[in-house]
Amino acid sequence: MSKIYEFPKSMNNVPTHYCTGCAHGIVHKLIGQCMDELKIVENTIVVAPVGCAVLVYKYFKADGIESPHGRAQAVATGITRVHKDKIVMSYQGDGDLLAIGTAETLHAANRGEKMVVIFVNNAIYGMTGGQMAPTTMAKQVTSTTPNGRDTDETGHPIRGCELINSLEKPYYIERCSIHDIKHINKTKEAIKKAFEYQKEGKGYCFVEILGMCPTNWGMDPYSRTAINWVKDEMVPYFPLKLFRDKGVRTNA
Amino acid sequence: MKKKILMRGNEAVGEAALLAGCKAYFGYPITPQNEIPEYLSTRLPERGGVFLQAESEIGAINMVMGAAAAGVRTMTTTSSPGMTLKQESISYLAGNELPCVIVNMVRGGPGLGNISGAQSDYFQATRSGHGDFRSIVLAPENVQELADHTIKAFELSDKYRMIAIVLGDGYLAQMSEPLVLPDPVKSAPERSYALTGAKGREQRIIASLRLIPETSLDAHNHDLQKKYAEVKKNEVLFDTYKTDDADYVLVAYGLSARIAKQAVRNLRNSGIKAGLFRPITLWPFPSDQLEALSKKTKKMLAVEMSMGQMVEDVKLSVKGNVEVDFYGRTGGMLPEIDKIVERVKSYE
Repeated sequence: MSKIYEFPKSMNNVPTHYCTGCAHGIVHKLIGQCMDELKIVENTIVVAPVGCAVLVYKYFKADGIESPHGRAQAVATGITRVHKDKIVMSYQGDGDLLAIGTAETLHAANRGEKMVVIFVNNAIYGMTGGQMAPTTMAKQVTSTTPNGRDTDETGHPIRGCELINSLEKPYYIERCSIHDIKHINKTKEAIKKAFEYQKEGKGYCFVEILGMCPTNWGMDPYSRTAINWVKDEMVPYFPLKLFRDKGVRTNA
Repeated sequence: MKKKILMRGNEAVGEAALLAGCKAYFGYPITPQNEIPEYLSTRLPERGGVFLQAESEIGAINMVMGAAAAGVRTMTTTSSPGMTLKQESISYLAGNELPCVIVNMVRGGPGLGNISGAQSDYFQATRSGHGDFRSIVLAPENVQELADHTIKAFELSDKYRMIAIVLGDGYLAQMSEPLVLPDPVKSAPERSYALTGAKGREQRIIASLRLIPETSLDAHNHDLQKKYAEVKKNEVLFDTYKTDDADYVLVAYGLSARIAKQAVRNLRNSGIKAGLFRPITLWPFPSDQLEALSKKTKKMLAVEMSMGQMVEDVKLSVKGNVEVDFYGRTGGMLPEIDKIVERVKSYE
């Protein structure tokens, strides 16, 4: 009998602090599986954001550092510039990456810093209790938009991949989702490709992952409500797409 | 004997950083310190180091945090408004106990103020950021000390895993003076905290989040205070000039101290026993030494290029033993020797 599933060896086998139904657990596992397959965990340095994933380094057998809110890619820049042979992963949420950290994000991308950016977009500030995020959908109810996001007042949700895709140097840009098994598998492929490119010393790789936050969306984590909301509300506005893959272009 | 050469303050800082073994520099343009990044933009990569112009002051200090975590000597330089922007990460660096050097060539404020030299960043150097922490602050008075203190800052920073700030000003930054370049630093300490990849060892984590009130954050803050007490015990630096028999003692640091020294000479020539006490470390402040001096002094006068910042520490130090007067100029104006002399004469 062959083993078809095991807990990723690259991860610390500890309970996570995430809420039931949260996207981060799934994304962490996918990262762990990719680290196993590529045998890179001992060569990886994890940069944590401020937000729900602030403790991300606890879950991987990799060196890790916490960054101030929004500054993860600047901290990651300092590390990757010094350790050119290491794989640096910046793991961030939407408030961190696209509100307070917009400048750090765009400039790290524009310089083509050698790092993997895992961007988990759940359209809300989770850790602070469900306030409006830069990616909060129009009319979405949050604790600071109790009547729904009014785009006349607060603008429309920002599309991260599209912004990054306007720059010359990023190497790989893809938006994925984890609302069903097919898409979870596709997300894993994207994460793996991003890490493979880092292993080869290629440039800036940006993987956006649409995910659920049933707690702050006020949805039942045991039903499919939150998963369906990703599929029906987020995916049409944030198209799932490979925006750029310089590796393919080079190979062709 | 080593040859004296003529160097501008900013360039002396850049050269001293190389001699100290700085391997990574991150900065953002701001007057009057631009010659430092300009100097290092060619000199550092020549030696295999990292030079990067960041998108902002905030970006620069966070890149410094990354490089410090990666385990190399690293530096950023700035001037006053830029120093304010860095305060967020200065607190994180302190919480993470990561060493780095920050050179602040102070200019006048508040707000945009102007680009002339000033000493109005004493508060934000010695009382910076959120949370309970300290940074080592060195105050050079000439270009020679700018170079010497830059090297010393790297060494103290590594010794205690603390931020070390070199607090210059716009005039020191721009003036050219002869100096003897210090010797290159040969070795840097082992860094058991550095993030180098967890191959063959446990993972290392650098974090300032300490969620458990009593056993993590409260305990950590007490540990930090113990370290700060060590610094205070071992690293206080100051200079005195004719204070042994002085009736009146001027207290001044940096450029103001050079002006005050001439005032002391003039006062002595008119038969008034004046002296100068110059704090060299602004944190740890030489409080004990100043207190001892206050017991045999009639009056003290703090002289600053500010509206009165260091004077607060002088008053705290002397514990009411002696009256402390203040004289300061701002906006790029320097304290005038004649005005200092006149003020001290009025005490007679």
